Amino acid sequence: MTPHAHARVGHVVPLRVLVVVLAALLMLTYVTVEVSRHDFGRFNLWIALGVAVVKAALVLLFFMHLKYDRPFNAVIIIVSLAVLMLFIVIALQDTTQYRPTQIPGYAPSIKTNTQ
Amino acid sequence: MSHAEHPPYLQHHFETPEQQFDAGKIGIWLFLATEILLFGGLFCAYAIYRANHPEIFVYAHQFLDKTLGGTNTVILLCSSLTMAWAVRASQLGQKKLLILLLSLTLLGGFGFMGIKFVEYQQKWKHGLLPGAHFAPHEEGHDAVAAVAAKPTPPVSVGAAHRTTIPASAEGPGGTVPPASADLALREGPTRRPNNVQVFFSIYFLMTGLHGLHVLVGMIAIGWVLVRSARGHFGPEYYTPVDFVGLYWHLVDLIWIFLFPLLYLIGT
Repeated sequence: MTPHAHARVGHVVPLRVLVVVLAALLMLTYVTVEVSRHDFGRFNLWIALGVAVVKAALVLLFFMHLKYDRPFNAVIIIVSLAVLMLFIVIALQDTTQYRPTQIPGYAPSIKTNTQ
Repeated sequence: MSHAEHPPYLQHHFETPEQQFDAGKIGIWLFLATEILLFGGLFCAYAIYRANHPEIFVYAHQFLDKTLGGTNTVILLCSSLTMAWAVRASQLGQKKLLILLLSLTLLGGFGFMGIKFVEYQQKWKHGLLPGAHFAPHEEGHDAVAAVAAKPTPPVSVGAAHRTTIPASAEGPGGTVPPASADLALREGPTRRPNNVQVFFSIYFLMTGLHGLHVLVGMIAIGWVLVRSARGHFGPEYYTPVDFVGLYWHLVDLIWIFLFPLLYLIGT
C-alpha cells in the first residue's frame, strides 16, 4: 500500500469543540425563548434575529466545517445569503411604497403620513 | 499512479481522493445554496406579510405551542451534534460509534416529525388551516382559553393606535363601518383580526417544506446508516456521511430561523 491510498481528506473537528458548540446553541435557544417573554417593543424581533444569526454562524463554522474548509465553499454560501438579503430588503423597500391604508381595515397597524 | 493502487471508491476521472472529495464538496455547497434560495422566497413572503400585518402575527402565533416548538429545536440541535460527531467517527474509522451516532440522529428525525405530527393534528382539530380551509373554532383551544382567563394583556402594536376620539356610530355615505381589525387590536389578542388565515398559510408552507426536508434527510441518513453497517466508510472514504451531514445541518439551520420567527413573536 502506498501512503497515498490512506491519505486522510478533510479536517477532523475535536469532540470538545462540537460539544461546546452544542452547549452554546442550547444556551442561545434558552436566551431567545426567555427574551420573547419580555416586551422590548420592536427590539424583540431584532434580538431574536440576532440570536438566530449567531446560532446559524456556529452551525456553519463548526458543525458544517466551514472554518476548516476551503474558502471557496464559504464564498458560495456567503454569496447566496447576500443575494437572499438583497431580495428581501428590496422587496420590503418596495412594499412600503404603496398605500396599505387604501382599503380601510386592511393593514390596521400601518401608520402613514397621508392619514 | 498504476491501476493496482487505484482505490475502489475513487472514480476514474479523478486524480486523487482529495480532488474527488473537494469536487463533491463544491457540488453539495452549491446545492445547499439553492436550498437557501428556495426557502428564501418563503422568508421573503413572511417578511412582507409581517411588515404589513403585524397584528395577524401577534394574534395567530398564540395558537402555536412554544413548548413543542422549543422541544423540537432542542431535538434538532442535539441531532446536529450527533451528525457532526458521526462524521468525526467515520473520519477516525470508529465503525460502531458511527452506527450508534447515525441511529441517534435518525431517532432525532423521528422525534421531530412525531412532534410536528402532534402540532399539525392540533391545528387540524381547531380548523386552523391555510387559505380557504381556515375555519377556526378556537373555543376549545388551550391558547385562547389561557388568554381569556388572564386580564387582557395589551398588545404593543395596538397601543400606539389608541385614540381618544370616539368612533362614529355610522360613517358618512360610501364609507365602510369602523374596521373590525382595528377594534381587534384595541381589545387585545382574544379578538381575531382579519385575514388570520394568511399566517397559517405561511406557517404550513414554511414548516411543511421544512418537514419535507427532514423526511428526505432521514431517508439519506438511513441510506448512510446501511452503508456504514456494511463497512463502506473509513478514514480514506467517508464522503457520503459528510455530505448527508451537511444537508442535515442545513435543515437544522433553517429551523433555527423558523422557530423564533413563527413561535416567539410577542408576549
